[in-house]
Amino acid sequence: MGEKKKKIVKSITIDVEKCNGCRACEMICSAFHATPQYSSNNPARSRIRLIRDPLRDIYLPVYAGEYTPAECMGRDKYVIDGKEYDECGFCRASCPSRDAFKEPDSKLPLKCDMCEDDPPQEKPLCVQWCLNDALIYEEREEEVEEDVKVEDVEVGLESMIDKYGLEKVMDTISRMAAAKRS
Amino acid sequence: MRYAETGYNLEIDLTRGSIERVATDPRDTELYLGGLGTNAKILWERVPPEVEPFSPDNLLIFSAGLLCGTPAPGCNRTIVSTVSPQTLLMAFSMMGGFWAPELKYAGYDKVIFRGKSPDLVYLWINNDKVEIRDASHLKGKGSGETAELIRKELKEPHAQVASIGMAGENRVYFASIEQGRSSASRGGIGAVMGDKGLKAIAVRGTKDINVARPAEFMALCKEVLEYIKFRNENPIPGVMPILAGLGSPQEMKIHDEKWHTENFMWGNSRVRRKGFWNDEIAKQWAETLDSMRTRLISCYNCPMKCGATITPPGLPTYMMKCFSKLTYTMAAYSDLAFGLEIAQRATEYGVDGFSTPQVMAFALELYENGILTDDDFPGMPADNEGRFYWLLDRIVRREGIGDVLANGTYWAAKQIGKGAEAFAHNNIKKHEQLPLKLSMLNPIYFLMYATGEKINITQIEGQFPQAPFPTREEREAFVKDWFQVPDEKFKQILLDWEPRGEKSMPYYPTVDMCCDIVDWQERMHYIDDALGMCAGLSSFPLKPPYHIHNYPKFISAGAGIDMDEETLTKAAKRYRTLIRAFNIGRGMRRKDDKPPENHWKKRFPELEKELLDAYYKLKGWNEQGIPTKETLLDLGLDYVFEEFERREIYSNSEGAPSEDASPETAKN
Repeated sequence: MGEKKKKIVKSITIDVEKCNGCRACEMICSAFHATPQYSSNNPARSRIRLIRDPLRDIYLPVYAGEYTPAECMGRDKYVIDGKEYDECGFCRASCPSRDAFKEPDSKLPLKCDMCEDDPPQEKPLCVQWCLNDALIYEEREEEVEEDVKVEDVEVGLESMIDKYGLEKVMDTISRMAAAKRS
Repeated sequence: MRYAETGYNLEIDLTRGSIERVATDPRDTELYLGGLGTNAKILWERVPPEVEPFSPDNLLIFSAGLLCGTPAPGCNRTIVSTVSPQTLLMAFSMMGGFWAPELKYAGYDKVIFRGKSPDLVYLWINNDKVEIRDASHLKGKGSGETAELIRKELKEPHAQVASIGMAGENRVYFASIEQGRSSASRGGIGAVMGDKGLKAIAVRGTKDINVARPAEFMALCKEVLEYIKFRNENPIPGVMPILAGLGSPQEMKIHDEKWHTENFMWGNSRVRRKGFWNDEIAKQWAETLDSMRTRLISCYNCPMKCGATITPPGLPTYMMKCFSKLTYTMAAYSDLAFGLEIAQRATEYGVDGFSTPQVMAFALELYENGILTDDDFPGMPADNEGRFYWLLDRIVRREGIGDVLANGTYWAAKQIGKGAEAFAHNNIKKHEQLPLKLSMLNPIYFLMYATGEKINITQIEGQFPQAPFPTREEREAFVKDWFQVPDEKFKQILLDWEPRGEKSMPYYPTVDMCCDIVDWQERMHYIDDALGMCAGLSSFPLKPPYHIHNYPKFISAGAGIDMDEETLTKAAKRYRTLIRAFNIGRGMRRKDDKPPENHWKKRFPELEKELLDAYYKLKGWNEQGIPTKETLLDLGLDYVFEEFERREIYSNSEGAPSEDASPETAKN
């Protein structure tokens, strides 16, 4: 636990009534996070996913949150205005129960980083590309307890360790490192 | 490495059940771009004129456009090409939606079907895994229902499904291919899909699409988005609301029924009802649309909202776009509630929203005139709306008179005889047209109707205002920020164009000006159809975000192909000419290049001849509409010229009759 600090909290307000279901948010998210930036796109790599079911009028953009090694014991269902939201409701976790928020090749977890960039973006890219204002970006100042920032690599490694065990991961890394050096 | 495209096609032989992944030649992309352009090349090479629409040798090609799957906003179209059973010419119908980008993400640019499956099947493309699966349990199912069932059975909610309904299975000549909110409807391509025993194609892709010069490409995309925002906030003054903004005509959003109901024709494209509209109808129809429309929706990666989910009371939800809102209503002399209700059933059956209502109105007109009798309609209800449902059910099943009507008005009239031909009056090249009859010839529209090989006016027009602005001030205001023009001369034409007097229709714009305007409009549509761009952000509306000046940059930065306006114009001309050549090989000639006889009351035969002569010349076609040797060689279409020589096309200037028997009757 860190000390109390003033911090800019970035938030995106999602107005599901305004979503037209186009998935530009998914596309541009994956393009922004490509290496080199914008060199490719692939909505399956996106850190925002639109849960979309036009015939039931479900349009729900969900952002990738924390990685979790185990799925929940139960499954939530929300009924709002007569519409049932499933696919684990509004959950943001990168979780073994579903495909969302994982790299399609490595299955490593993805997490929304609000498009941190240097120089900083004015707004996250998904918000910039949503001309229908279903996604509205806001910043506000809050007093928060500062957490130690976990790096992407660390999040990835942690999930590998959960899956294969610490020893196996360490073995593999040392073997790969040896191979690279030779 | 290939950019924007994947460089691979899927080749599916439905007779043998074989699946191949075939690398494509990057040189073809440079010359024909992709989408419609490369489809045309494949059809030319592999489907000679002898191949009938329902032959196993006919190909059915589903193609993503060159830029589909890149970040280019609104680039999501699937171009489906084959030989049409109705026109016996090349059919290339397009659909928006989500299918084409998904195909790209799965790693393919096109899926090419040949042969016929003995049993009903569907294709499941899941990245590298592609399989032909049994669809016998889907026989007779609705198009939307099929998509839902397939997604469930594959446990893949993200799969995009293009499917046919009962109409396609039964080879109805105006059967569509449906895909969520979109459909490829024109030309009976759904019938070819059904003939091949193919119920649906489901696709899921999770691979990357690359662009050649990312930063440059993104800057272009941002410009487009900014301009869309600007245009959404600044509709064009002085034109009707559905034409003032971007996107497909905003039929789902705007209550514009007054204009259409009073200016388009009712019934079998016969009756104009001036003064139809009143306050009570306005109130009632607005209530209908507002109560049935759940949400305005879009296609992949597009900020517009041209479609809608519609839930008629007591019926399942379906998706609709554009003018099918009113085609059933007006054909049946009914109201909007009827139109939106019957469209639900029609969409599940998978039929074209233009041809279908017209075919049914045509049947009832024949009945009223004693050409068809009670014997032809056993058990048909007495009320008009009931009759439409009754006819629709018979047509898609090819039952009784439905079997004849399922061939469209042209072929049905031939089969019925007894003067029925006079009632199939609204066709071009055997294909039903928008129900529109006007007073005086419009030379620009004359050329588009006569020569457009999409054979569908809404997919040819655009860019240039449909009518002159009344005042000089309005015209000056319009041209001020009209940077989309390929040449400054178009601004002058518009400035000088008057509603009345010396500089008015039909003699102004002059013949040459009309040719240039049509050539520009057509070129933009053809570019869209190769890139996979929606016409609603490009060739259709006034002042669109995509145009001849930024397109070459999109292609260069996206696909990594050196492109300028001249090269792009030439590429578009190349495959446009190739489509012409394909149809010439099938007997199309000048005699076929004509609008419906009664489209305009006041015609100008001499002027029309002059227009056609001049336009052919501009296009590099001879007086019969056949691309000349010089044109073909200049475009690098030497192989077309050689084939023309071999088949003695130039000496056989009358073309083939191609009118003896429809594919359906020929088979019997």
